[in-house]
Amino acid sequence: MEQFAPVKRSKDGQPVRYLIVDDSVFARKNLGKMVETFGGHVAGEAGDGVTAIAEYDRIQPDIVLMDITMPLMEGIEAAERIVQQHPDARVVMVSSVGYQENIVAALQKGARHFVQKPVKAEVLYEVIKYVMGDEGIAGQAAGAGA
Amino acid sequence: MKMDLIQPFINAADAVLAPGLQCPMTIANLSMERESYSPHGVAALVALSGDIEGRIIFDLDPNTASRIASKFAGSDEPASDALAQEAVCELANQVIGNAVATLNDQGFNFRVHPPQLHLAGQGTRITEDTEAVVLCFETDSGNVSMNIALDYGATRVAAAGQ
Repeated sequence: MEQFAPVKRSKDGQPVRYLIVDDSVFARKNLGKMVETFGGHVAGEAGDGVTAIAEYDRIQPDIVLMDITMPLMEGIEAAERIVQQHPDARVVMVSSVGYQENIVAALQKGARHFVQKPVKAEVLYEVIKYVMGDEGIAGQAAGAGA
Repeated sequence: MKMDLIQPFINAADAVLAPGLQCPMTIANLSMERESYSPHGVAALVALSGDIEGRIIFDLDPNTASRIASKFAGSDEPASDALAQEAVCELANQVIGNAVATLNDQGFNFRVHPPQLHLAGQGTRITEDTEAVVLCFETDSGNVSMNIALDYGATRVAAAGQ
């Protein structure tokens, strides 16, 4: 598995906390493993948009990775509601349905970025660093310089 | 059955499965069917509605599903039945989502419905009066069958007739 320099929160040096939202347990597990290779911590998971909103309120993550096609409430609407209540929320849409219309809709509703499935770790890593901006700091990869 | 709708699904299957399984993927067999469908193993059915109507079924034997789930999860352990079934649905989602992006960029608008899981031996028969293209992809982890039955939707046909 590729090594990534861990991305920490610049304010306290703690791991970035993620909320992973996808109706597929398989997809959530894989994304969870991926963000752990970035030095992140999976603070919560949700399988639909309604649960995602409640989980966001409860755990206040640094980043939400949000699928689009889900039961009960789709990801774009959930992202919009989260951002309405928490304007600083960093929501990254992660979906296989990556056509122009969906991407524009998601960004207009307040999502910060869009990553197409299947997710490439190096792509998601760069997006995380970009979305964290000054609030995140990338350290040295394990084994780097050895 | 509209053959011009098939190519984006073949490209998408290659784009999703080959890097995930880290092996080349080849089309081992291609046939046309006009019969009701019964799952052979772990099958995920995804329906489309709108400018394009129909459905796509991914069907893998349980051992292949388990191997592919492990590969995608980056694990050496065999995946449980539940995880293998989840993996087949998620892979169907990813392949179809990628194909849909291509078709949407070509001007087709439609809705993708969440995958439905069907298992062999449960007596499920998917009946329809339409032709399907059946593609069998060969991978190092086993064969993946993709059964595609798609046609232009009523809205598209009406617009073309104007």
